[in-house]
Amino acid sequence: MEIVVCVKQVPDTTEVKIDPVTNTLIRQGVPSIVNPFDKNAVEAALQLKEKHGGKVTVISMGPPQAKDALKECLAMGADEALLISDRAFGGADTLATSYTIACAIKKLGNVDMIICGKQAIDGDTAQVGPEIAEHLDLAQVTCVSKIEVEGNSIKVEREHEEGYEIIETQTPVLLTVLKSINEPRFPTIKGTMKANRKEIPTWTAGDMDVNPDQLGLKGSPTQVRRIFTPQQRVQGEIIKADSAREAASKLASKLLEAKIV
Amino acid sequence: MQFQLTEEQKTMQKLVRDFAEKEVAPGAAERDEKEEFSREIADAMGEMGFAGICFPEKYGGADADVLSYILAVEELSRADAGVGITLSATVSLCAWPIFNFGTEEQKQKYLVPLTEGTKQGAFGLTEPNAGTDAASQQTVAVLDGDNYVINGSKIFITNAGEAEVYVVFAMTDKSKGVKGITAFILEKGMPGFTFGKKEHKMGIHSSMTNELIFQDVKVPKENMLGKEGQGFKIAMATLDGGRIGVAAQALGIAQAALEHAVKYSKERVQFGKSIAANQAIGFMLADMATKVDAARMLVYRAASFKDQGLPYSKEAAMAKMYASDIAMEVSTDAVQIFGGYGYSREYPVERLMRDAKITQIYEGTNQVQRMVISGSLLR
Repeated sequence: MEIVVCVKQVPDTTEVKIDPVTNTLIRQGVPSIVNPFDKNAVEAALQLKEKHGGKVTVISMGPPQAKDALKECLAMGADEALLISDRAFGGADTLATSYTIACAIKKLGNVDMIICGKQAIDGDTAQVGPEIAEHLDLAQVTCVSKIEVEGNSIKVEREHEEGYEIIETQTPVLLTVLKSINEPRFPTIKGTMKANRKEIPTWTAGDMDVNPDQLGLKGSPTQVRRIFTPQQRVQGEIIKADSAREAASKLASKLLEAKIV
Repeated sequence: MQFQLTEEQKTMQKLVRDFAEKEVAPGAAERDEKEEFSREIADAMGEMGFAGICFPEKYGGADADVLSYILAVEELSRADAGVGITLSATVSLCAWPIFNFGTEEQKQKYLVPLTEGTKQGAFGLTEPNAGTDAASQQTVAVLDGDNYVINGSKIFITNAGEAEVYVVFAMTDKSKGVKGITAFILEKGMPGFTFGKKEHKMGIHSSMTNELIFQDVKVPKENMLGKEGQGFKIAMATLDGGRIGVAAQALGIAQAALEHAVKYSKERVQFGKSIAANQAIGFMLADMATKVDAARMLVYRAASFKDQGLPYSKEAAMAKMYASDIAMEVSTDAVQIFGGYGYSREYPVERLMRDAKITQIYEGTNQVQRMVISGSLLR
């Protein structure tokens, strides 16, 4: 099974600092990480590969330093990595981004499954994955918490607040995954060494069959006016434990994991 | 002179730090309380390839450098010093002498499983009456046909009982003194090779420390490491490298103590302000941070000398002596900054202080390190 995983390099913080003038992210001084949901996507792909064979290719669109994120995915065990990077892609909204990534996937060809994280922790739109499917005219299932593959048919669980749906579909398909789907593995030392030595090709606009008008700022019908954290109303979670101490330690590790503290 | 880690070293550091923060740190207090060794963590480290960092690919390693391995010991020890020494005992004290003095067959049979993390290693030199005076070994090995028959015992052995591979020293010719000591590779499960009582220690509770007991243990001749009579040399060379591991362990403890002290002093409010606002505390933190950084330079330098193939005996001794002394000082200061809470097991700094003490003692007491350093100055 040929699997493509789309990953994004994001700043390691929930409180993303925004340039008040340009309304864009201030990346300077903030360490970058692989978007946590995307690590779940890589893990899901690796597990499918281990079970059914095939190849996992990770792709990312971003500045040259996004190679670091790709290297981390290679270290986890992905087979190939591809960076899509060009000044012409700068300022892209989700539509232009998904168009560009879709063009790259089209060029790769012969893909059975595309897996994306549900959303990136910086932009939080959850749009790029579904839009890639639209550009490629593929079936898609979002918010997936379980994947089963049998030949060409795919059975997934799609989670929502009240429970989950079981959806059956066929390859090729695009899935976006939740954190609950798995626990991403740590990269191994040898995997890291191999990843460090591996050449990661970069595709620019010129390397793909693209319509220049659909790229970057030019191809972006939406513009960010203001970014703020909205009032959230989410379902609470009751932490069960034998003692208050244990409960507190569980809570603390959950908060750390969620990058809230 | 460059004071930056390479990209590769930074990646290794981050990889181990992520693992240590997520998998090692959370259970550290509990393992300390229960005096519990975690085979799960040891195996996870093995699976991730920590033990193979500084060995060539042909022996199952990752072909990275010694400094990367030292960074791993530091990061693990920052989370749990017992886990740090568990790795260091396997790598520095067992895998390294086999790599450096072993035959090709020994390397394939014993080194590869260690570097690939499917087996753990240990080193048996110390005896009840042969500590610093390692030459007064009572354990004897007598050649009998194709085997050496080993009798005796070892104490304070890290990873004993858990490890599958042991580098053990025994007298093959008492009349020759230190030149009568020979090294052997033993396997767990060899008839007559058993383990004594578990040691109850002041600190590093999450590391396994036990006795080795040999009663007519038949060790095939081909398990002799190096040549007959070469044991003392092998032991001393091994300990030179082991000291960098202990230095890194001490550095990790000191770094953890510093971080806890900085954080707590900003949070703890007395007289309406954080205690960090008092210069008395601020100056303590400044001294602690400076000592930690100075230790770090010495530790990384010793590792880097080893990487470059330069003599590093003196540098390793300096790094071990200084890093362990300041680990003791900095962790004691951290307890002081925490005040009454620092003395309580509710907070981690008292554990760091107990863990720090051993680093001044094992793999050569700091008095021995001073002998090594002055010896090299006055040669």
